[in-house]
Amino acid sequence: MTEVAGLAPELEGAKKGQGESPIASASERFTSYDVEAFEVPGGREENWRFTPLRRLRGLHDGTAAFDGTATIAVSEAASGVRVETVATDDPRIGQGGVPADRVAAAAWSASKDATVVTLDGAPEPVTITVTGPGEGATAAGHLQLRTAPHAAATVVVEYRGSGALADNVEVVLGDGSRLTLVVTTEWADDAVHVGAQHISVGRDATLRATAVALGGDLVRISPTVNYRGPGGDAELAGLGFADAGQHLEQRLLVDHSVPNCTSNVLYKNALQSAKGATAHTVWIGDVLIRAAAENTQTFELNRNLVLTEHARADSVPNLEIETGEIAGAGHASATGRFDDEQLFYLQSRGIPEDVARRLVVRGFFGEILSRITLPELRERLEAAIEAELAVTGA
Amino acid sequence: MSTLEIKDLHVSVATDDGAKEILKGVDLTVRAGETHAIMGPNGSGKSTLAYAVAGHPKYEITSGSVALDGEDVLEMTVDERARAGLFLAMQYPVEVPGVSTANFLRSAATAVRGEAPKLRTWVKEVKEAMSDLDIDPAFAERNVNEGFSGGEKKRHEVLQLALLKPKIAVLDETDSGLDVDALRVVSEGVNRFRASGDVGVLLITHYTRILQHITPDVVHVFAGGRIVESGGPELAHELEKSGYVRFTGAAV
Repeated sequence: MTEVAGLAPELEGAKKGQGESPIASASERFTSYDVEAFEVPGGREENWRFTPLRRLRGLHDGTAAFDGTATIAVSEAASGVRVETVATDDPRIGQGGVPADRVAAAAWSASKDATVVTLDGAPEPVTITVTGPGEGATAAGHLQLRTAPHAAATVVVEYRGSGALADNVEVVLGDGSRLTLVVTTEWADDAVHVGAQHISVGRDATLRATAVALGGDLVRISPTVNYRGPGGDAELAGLGFADAGQHLEQRLLVDHSVPNCTSNVLYKNALQSAKGATAHTVWIGDVLIRAAAENTQTFELNRNLVLTEHARADSVPNLEIETGEIAGAGHASATGRFDDEQLFYLQSRGIPEDVARRLVVRGFFGEILSRITLPELRERLEAAIEAELAVTGA
Repeated sequence: MSTLEIKDLHVSVATDDGAKEILKGVDLTVRAGETHAIMGPNGSGKSTLAYAVAGHPKYEITSGSVALDGEDVLEMTVDERARAGLFLAMQYPVEVPGVSTANFLRSAATAVRGEAPKLRTWVKEVKEAMSDLDIDPAFAERNVNEGFSGGEKKRHEVLQLALLKPKIAVLDETDSGLDVDALRVVSEGVNRFRASGDVGVLLITHYTRILQHITPDVVHVFAGGRIVESGGPELAHELEKSGYVRFTGAAV
């Protein structure tokens, strides 16, 4: 295999293609349900190099005991919502996708059962709360969301509590269905969460996803989008607010393998550190347009706002195009600093420092939060962000 | 009747070679109803005076005093100074990504006035002020100063002057980088502010051309970190003819 520098950062982490010569394309990404098929990451692999492995509580190297349980609670089942607990050999499990890193495979192997939530018709919004196993414990989890053909549903998944969680979330959109999905990680300070999201978009189906990452010590979420038929449309928006000592990582792969599909990725992170406790965000945005995926329309964008010193934002957009017959493809990334000059300017107009900071952060995140159409949830998240701002009093 | 009183002001900035004194004893009193022009060569410390009065953290006051209506300005934070009635129109206004101009203006007005302006009258007020300065209404939706041309930034500064209605306004080279038409529009904005009530203006400039639009009551020549001569508008005419040579020599 030839060595290709600077290409496809999402791609290593498996025996195949691991090591000195990176695999050349996201299309060669190794996937398996079997945790032993993956080598234990050492930290230098492309898909682990940003993640502080020693803070992973052994989720990656087989030492995690998976001695705890993460509870998955679904808000009272409205009509059109079916909640089941099934064994992981249920034929539906795995329809969303296959693990692409060792932690996801470990979670898959460790999960004896899965919660399947099926949405049909146009049900009322559903809230699913995933609660961590508690401080010091580790857990694996498996959740699948399914929309029936032509369903239109809104689902909020909220992660809360303490402990370490490795999980797989499958999102299987039926043909012609529409799913609005909000995933919030509002963990306690000790929590570690490594999550894989396997999203399968049916023919003419629409996904509007918004991720909000606020809490936790280390939260690493890897959504992968696949399309099963033409006309699929996936919009993935997200925000992260990393404060002192926090590591927030978002690794996205949109795999366009069929014609006439659309994807749009927009992630924004703000970072606020304290001396000696770095805030770190990582955004990896891979888009692959395979040869068959003619007339694809895709754009991905990442913006980071560094509010204080001692913060680090990594941003790696990556676009691979194997056909010339596309409607449009682009990517952009920028990291800016809220600096003393901006603060001085706002203050010189009478605006107090805390208000100035709020103004900047609110403006920055507004574009993401405005996509959340549930007013109570949006207000609660806005308040949570303002509370984060106040923590360091920075 | 407001008065800004600057007494024996000494200001330093930190450099790689230690603190460097820029202002070496500035005495200046600006009263409501007066317009003072400060003219001087580049590097004489004019902008330092403006930023030191506004409270920019880069400038360290080593001695002297600044008072607004008897209140010690140097004890105030930057935002307290603005709320007390001081305004600095900057030579290089700062871009603030993510904050819309509309949101910024309303936040500033809320802070300075002590309460949020009523939405209906506020929208009208902003619209009129923008129209007075030939500012496209679409500006309100753009991020503060982001992608603004030099002239647009200066108009935006004067727009804030109109909306925030300070007691004393310091205009730091508001004329620089403006073409003839923009200079006229900006000058008219400043003159409207002057006519709006008992307000004082400190106009810092390198060129005399803005003084053809805004007539000062007093002209000060600034050189070597202090005021070296003061006079009436005729002093500006002399500078126009003979330049700063006479004063830069005297300052050494």
